[in-house]
Amino acid sequence: MKTSIKFRIGKSTGFKILVIVLACSCVLPLMAILLFIIKEGITKINWNFLTNIPKPVGEIGGGIANALVGSFIIVGFATLIAVPIGVLCGIYLSENAKSKLAYWSSLALDILQGVPSIVIGIVAYFWLVKPFGGFSAISGSIALAIMMLPVIVRNTEETLKMLPDTLREAALALGMPFHRVILKVIVPCGLSGIISGVILAVARVAGETAPLLFTAFGNPYLSVLPGKPMQSLPLVIFNYATSPYNEWHDLAWGASLILLASVLLLNIITKISTRKWKVQL
Amino acid sequence: MSNTISPNVITRSNDSLRVITSLQVPTVEKDKLSYKRSQRHIRTERMFRNTLVIMGILMVLLVLAILVTLCVQSVPSIKSLGLSYLWGRTWDPVQDIYGAYPFLIGTLITSFLALIISIPFSFAVAIFLGEYYPKGWFANFIKNTVELIAAVPSVIYGFWGLAVMVPAVREIEMQLGYQPLGVGIFSASLILSIMIIPYAASLGRSMVQMVPSNLKEGAYSLGATKWEVIRSVIFPYTKSGLFAGILLSLGRALGETMAVTMVIGNTSLLPKNIFAPGNTMASVIANEFTEADKPVYLSALIELGLVLFLVTVVINVVGKKVISRFTK
Repeated sequence: MKTSIKFRIGKSTGFKILVIVLACSCVLPLMAILLFIIKEGITKINWNFLTNIPKPVGEIGGGIANALVGSFIIVGFATLIAVPIGVLCGIYLSENAKSKLAYWSSLALDILQGVPSIVIGIVAYFWLVKPFGGFSAISGSIALAIMMLPVIVRNTEETLKMLPDTLREAALALGMPFHRVILKVIVPCGLSGIISGVILAVARVAGETAPLLFTAFGNPYLSVLPGKPMQSLPLVIFNYATSPYNEWHDLAWGASLILLASVLLLNIITKISTRKWKVQL
Repeated sequence: MSNTISPNVITRSNDSLRVITSLQVPTVEKDKLSYKRSQRHIRTERMFRNTLVIMGILMVLLVLAILVTLCVQSVPSIKSLGLSYLWGRTWDPVQDIYGAYPFLIGTLITSFLALIISIPFSFAVAIFLGEYYPKGWFANFIKNTVELIAAVPSVIYGFWGLAVMVPAVREIEMQLGYQPLGVGIFSASLILSIMIIPYAASLGRSMVQMVPSNLKEGAYSLGATKWEVIRSVIFPYTKSGLFAGILLSLGRALGETMAVTMVIGNTSLLPKNIFAPGNTMASVIANEFTEADKPVYLSALIELGLVLFLVTVVINVVGKKVISRFTK
């Protein structure tokens, strides 16, 4: 059985071309989405759009100020909750990598990372919405915080594990107690990695809609009370995109552009910063 | 404190070793301040270690609590509907008939169709970045772009799909002679297939890069072409890793909610073909959870959530196990 060398080389080249074409075509959807959303959204964004709340159907104008403020508050609270827990847990996992608890804990994190966001929404509903008798922004924050945890913990753990052991040993040899070694030496050294993990987590949850459907719920008016329903950008997009009114579609396009731009910006910031600090994530 | 030591301490001066009796032991004055400080340090250290352990336990508790909550809340539906719930073909909350079969089928079809569409692309990216062009600005561009696909919020995919993809699919349906709805299982699969490309691609890339170069060089030296090396060296070596990548993509596709909800059409009927509208488990929860007025109805939805949770747990744990075995 002899296949000619030309045939084999041809087959190899053909495969190479196929791979290149397929790989390059993966860029197309993202470009298409970006261009389309910029094209639709850029004309809708103006000062009124950013500072007004939505008007009833039929009236021209109106904006998404309530969603911007709401998104900011909900994600801000979620970050405040998730960062201390996530960073401490990451420190635990990197310091006690071999312990039994670390094994179970990191298994739990793997599971948590894969849990569909809608399930987190259901759970948050039963933990925080039903017992306290109503949809609230804070329940949305906690749902998002649960989703942020795996990203923050994993990034912290990986960053701290990469620091040389000599650093830790040198600090301990100077007689520093363990907590000061961690907080004054190890964490500052890995700070860039930890921060980029936090930014990545923020970017991940900023666009999450499903957990907010049953928790923050949405609110057509401007609200800053954490105990009341609150609007957020993803909810605005979902509600207005599925509505039949063109005015609302316009609002949703503008909101999409703002959301997409901020999420991609956060991602690009982490990419650039990690490259600068040579921390491989 | 060494100043206070009397001459009859053990010293080695002049090669003589003197022994002191217990009565002559010098009294050491405790430095109260530093003693207190070190005591405080020990206390804080213990507290800090305990906090870390608590955080570790918290993660495990969190997952268990999610599981327990879902189980407890779905008890009413398990009790009144039993196992036949999962095989029931009609879902009609008004008549109190709950059957999850249409949603199970909808979820499976959309996920697997999306996987089939996305696998060639994600493997191509993996091979492209892992083998053909591991370095260079163009490779970097492709790599970053593919990773950014995962960053785009799913609600934006849904909106884009609704505005761009659904009309396109409607055209196709008209050509093929199906009912031209646009929304349906096929649109949902297309959107999903874009969304899950990065998961298998980035995992596959790192797997392909991990193939030892002496294996590849051996094959090249025997006269193999690039394609033959990929087929008979790289592919067998990375098989389990690629499998894990597919599993993780599948886990992602099963649980994806918003984009699917927006383009799948949301009917509780059993889909007749892949262009028909349908519902997935996640989308039916998203649509009907806040409207569920009866306890059994709500609980039936939560049972779907429980099924979804268990399936994704299994998929993710198996996937991670395969990856960790591969990297070791």
